[in-house]
Amino acid sequence: MSQADLTMEGHSAGLTVGPAFSIPTKKLAMWLFIIADTMTFAACLVAYGFLRNGTANWPRPFHSITNVALMTFILLTSSLTMLIGLRSARAGDKAAAFRWTMITAALGIVFALLHIREWLELIDQGMTLFKNPWGTGLFGASFFSITGLHLTHVTCGVIALLVVGVRYKGGRYKADDIEVLGLYWHFVDLVWMFVVPLVYLLNLTH
Amino acid sequence: MTTAEEHKSNGIGKDLVVYICLLALAGVQFVIAYQNIDASQMFTRMLLVAIVEAALAMLFFMHLWSEKRAFLWFVVIFTVAVLLGLQYGWTDSTRMITGAPYSKFQ
Repeated sequence: MSQADLTMEGHSAGLTVGPAFSIPTKKLAMWLFIIADTMTFAACLVAYGFLRNGTANWPRPFHSITNVALMTFILLTSSLTMLIGLRSARAGDKAAAFRWTMITAALGIVFALLHIREWLELIDQGMTLFKNPWGTGLFGASFFSITGLHLTHVTCGVIALLVVGVRYKGGRYKADDIEVLGLYWHFVDLVWMFVVPLVYLLNLTH
Repeated sequence: MTTAEEHKSNGIGKDLVVYICLLALAGVQFVIAYQNIDASQMFTRMLLVAIVEAALAMLFFMHLWSEKRAFLWFVVIFTVAVLLGLQYGWTDSTRMITGAPYSKFQ
């Protein structure tokens, strides 16, 4: 074997030594996406906090916590149903895994509808991206951009749940794919835990 | 997959416990919202609860606890470093409201 062959073999061995951290590639890719997305949300929330802290007449338009509490409950519950779906998939129970994945998607749809209803109520009260009846116009821009970004993630998650669920049932996807999607769904839930106190609860009228 | 066997062996009990803890912590945030304290105290308390919630969700719902420790540290160190880096502007945001003549932009 020539020196060149040995060098080539060494390179190949280095490239095929296995995925980083012994994590399957799809799962590692999802984790890297989640880390990147964390930065996006963190930047939005910090910018929001910066504006809120630096603006004298910041509005407090929320009178009730009922809607946001219900939305939080639904999203947290959807994380649990996602876990049950994954557990069923790992146990090889395809029907149950499909059912729980669809239940998770349904809860995501309910969450999105509640969110849209809340948006429409605020718009009815005169809130837009640039003005509102309560104080600085910056509130509308930051509220709609942060909750809109989150709602976009929920919508994409629901579509992904439907696609992956159906393809898993059809045998094209495996339990690992449900696990990767589950990571995304739990992340969407995790972000909501920061959006609720910063955007809703701190702007509650007492 | 390393976590697959652990999923099977742990059962749903742990997930339920974490779920109930998350619900309770979310409830605590709502209780804090109705406390008679100033905004900065409220913000600090709510943020601390949110961080605990996020840690629970990442470690147990996202199974980070079951991954290799090197990966756990990789995620935690990179994320926390950037999140801390984002905090440098707070003093300036306070200046905007207290430091004339540049304060109170509308």
